[in-house]
Amino acid sequence: MSVNNENDYIPNQMKLIFSSRSENESFARVAVAAFIAPMDPTVEELTEIKTAVSEAVSNSIIHAYGENENGMVTVECIIEQDRRVVISIVDNGIGIEDVELAREPLYTSKPEDERSGMGFTVMESFMDKLEVESVPGNGTKVTMIKNLDLAYEF
Amino acid sequence: MQIEFEMTDEILIVNLEGELDHHYAAVIREEIDKTVDAFHSKHLIFNFEKVTFMDSSGIGVVMGRYNKISQLGGKLMITGCSEYIDRILYMAGIYTIATRTKDVTESIERIGSEVIEEEAN
Repeated sequence: MSVNNENDYIPNQMKLIFSSRSENESFARVAVAAFIAPMDPTVEELTEIKTAVSEAVSNSIIHAYGENENGMVTVECIIEQDRRVVISIVDNGIGIEDVELAREPLYTSKPEDERSGMGFTVMESFMDKLEVESVPGNGTKVTMIKNLDLAYEF
Repeated sequence: MQIEFEMTDEILIVNLEGELDHHYAAVIREEIDKTVDAFHSKHLIFNFEKVTFMDSSGIGVVMGRYNKISQLGGKLMITGCSEYIDRILYMAGIYTIATRTKDVTESIERIGSEVIEEEAN
């Protein structure tokens, strides 16, 4: 059986569900980094992924649940073929009315709290692809894709 | 996240250590403000040398402290950033309000020379 045959490839995946508490931001990014570690990513790739996960999880905690600790955040990570890493962060919070506006650099719905409005911009810049689906009143799903450098695959 | 302060004249040096995210940002912010008020510090130096992780929460911490000290004509210096921290701060335009220096010594010198320059004008 050839590993290179597309039909044989079984993606490696994991799913975490945790409370919307700010101390779990660190847990989420470290867990994702540990899951990806066997792929031998570069230090740069790992840092970028950790930062992007931290941004998305913080958004769920701060904005979706308004820092209410009763919510649940789901982080899913799939390592697909060709070292493609797909990470989604899902919440059942208030959702985003205008996704396009929310993604604009420096836009924040909470300027009084010293929020920089750079969360989505950082995710976009550190990952290869970013998708935001949101239903106001229902929740938000952020999907990020990163293609790990092929140079490290032997 | 650990925070350590050093005072020289009117300058407060903020030495941060560990991971700076939304969880720690609130505490850090409060600690710095309390210390600035207690010691009447005019200028601020953020030393990121021992910060191993930072996301965009760090931007808010820096911007907020700038707003506080700039009201009294204070200067803000940033030093010791890793490539990633630098990228995040740059993206948010932090270097238009703060000066990036190679180390704490240069930060102190820059504050000194900028103050002299302003007094001469």
